[in-house]
Amino acid sequence: MEKLVQLTMSGVANGAIFALVALGFVLIYKSSDVINFAQGELLLIGAYLTYMTVEQIGLWWPAGVVVAVLLAAVVGVLIETLVLRPLIGEPAISVIMVTIGLSSLLRAIVGAIWGVTPRPAPQFLPRDTMTIFGASVGVDKIWAIFLALVLFALLTLFFRFSREGIAMRAVADDQQAALSMGISVKRVWAVAWAIAAVTAAVGGILLMSIFGGVSGSIARVGLLVFPVVILGGLDSIPGAIIGGLIIGLLQSYAGGYLPPDLGMGEVVPFIILLLILLVRPYGLFGQRFIERV
Amino acid sequence: MLSLNNIEVIYNDVVLVLKGLSLEVPEGRIVAVLGSNGAGKSTTLKAISGLLKPENGEVTDGEIRFLDQPIHKKDAAAIVRMGIFQVMEGRRVFEHLTVEENLRAGAYTRGLGGFAQDLELVYNYFPRLKERRNQTAGFLSGGEQQMLAIGRALMARPRLIMLDEPSLGLAPLLVEEIFRIIKRINKEQGTTILLVEQNARLALDAADHAYIMENGRIVLDGSPADLKDNADVREFYLGLNEVGGRKSYREVKHYKRRKRWLS
Repeated sequence: MEKLVQLTMSGVANGAIFALVALGFVLIYKSSDVINFAQGELLLIGAYLTYMTVEQIGLWWPAGVVVAVLLAAVVGVLIETLVLRPLIGEPAISVIMVTIGLSSLLRAIVGAIWGVTPRPAPQFLPRDTMTIFGASVGVDKIWAIFLALVLFALLTLFFRFSREGIAMRAVADDQQAALSMGISVKRVWAVAWAIAAVTAAVGGILLMSIFGGVSGSIARVGLLVFPVVILGGLDSIPGAIIGGLIIGLLQSYAGGYLPPDLGMGEVVPFIILLLILLVRPYGLFGQRFIERV
Repeated sequence: MLSLNNIEVIYNDVVLVLKGLSLEVPEGRIVAVLGSNGAGKSTTLKAISGLLKPENGEVTDGEIRFLDQPIHKKDAAAIVRMGIFQVMEGRRVFEHLTVEENLRAGAYTRGLGGFAQDLELVYNYFPRLKERRNQTAGFLSGGEQQMLAIGRALMARPRLIMLDEPSLGLAPLLVEEIFRIIKRINKEQGTTILLVEQNARLALDAADHAYIMENGRIVLDGSPADLKDNADVREFYLGLNEVGGRKSYREVKHYKRRKRWLS
């Protein structure tokens, strides 16, 4: 029982972080049909920017986090305008190749600025543990879950009620019709990249705090985006969240209950990826199109 | 209010679709453009609203002026802000948004001021939309979707609404209802309307002036009454014979009238 609670909590915490990262991926895909292989590097950038503002510049950590997140948003917008906008109208495969190149480039830039050796990270989530159902659980995990939930709620409100949010969903639905009512598609893409960079940055910061260190390996979480979004459905935001939680939990249980030398925790997400592609390629919540009868 | 002067539109740098087209839309009127498939009617509207670019089309010659300003070099958003709103062919509602969110998307170019009033205005013209305000637009019937598309245009408070085949795929009764509302909007709001239609009878009944388009050119224009008397229009667009009765298809086999405007 104790193990179950522990594994569940860490699975949910990791899952919430995966969901954050996957959310940005889905947003970009929905609004501009770009499959972004550099999502993991956005995580890395968010983490290192926070390392810079808090550890190197020495800002009070909440201020440092806010500054880092804003800088990450700027990076997202820059990537969109400088790299992806010139590619409008190019075949999907070229865009994919460019994002793969972009991921190497970003990792190299981060390496050039901050080096490749792991560094101790600023610790702002409390490190103590609390007892839930007799199991001791790290408070930082609970914080991670809570912060992810807050971000999801904010984004939901944004998409339901704000002018820009509705415009983004309109562009995802029918780009030309959106254009015909004066919605600027380019601006929507820039906002999508900004939000993706922000959610990924928050994910990166949470991971950094949970790991207690920052290194290039944080970008590896970006790979897990693919099982998450394939499971949830490439174009579904609720799918990204639920898919993230499922993958997080499965990874945690597989790592905890199966013999550790099998390394199943790392592999299970990709087994799921294969199964889903075979059985239900549009994922749990992916759109097949609304058909009127 | 709106004038097109010798417009030439080329798609993909080679396909010449509009070959020197001119037309005039006076303020406060309903102007209809009739023509068969492929005549270039939709292209004309897209040239005005700035929607050619995503389809690789371009105005290569001539001039489009709206309120005495040239607009053929502006982008779609700027043109909407100037007061031209195109209701695209095939309704094109945002299927996964609710009715009210669709209307909010239509109001995108204006600030939030007066949003509630405009919403009431749209619901006043289309009470059925109010009943379904929180429904997903993809599940509306075709007629309701067309109403939503027109309502969405009203939300932008345009001075000129361009309607691309509002009758497409709708039952005759619904088409009549929609045309009644279009005429009401024109009268009550003073909104100028440029109407592209294949349903010639309805369009001629609604319009103050009509143009007939073929092969990227205007071949004939005049008041609806004149056009209804024109022998060619009667034959090719209204399906009537010289006497005025419905055309019998037995005659068609024996004798095919030549359009006199084609040289």
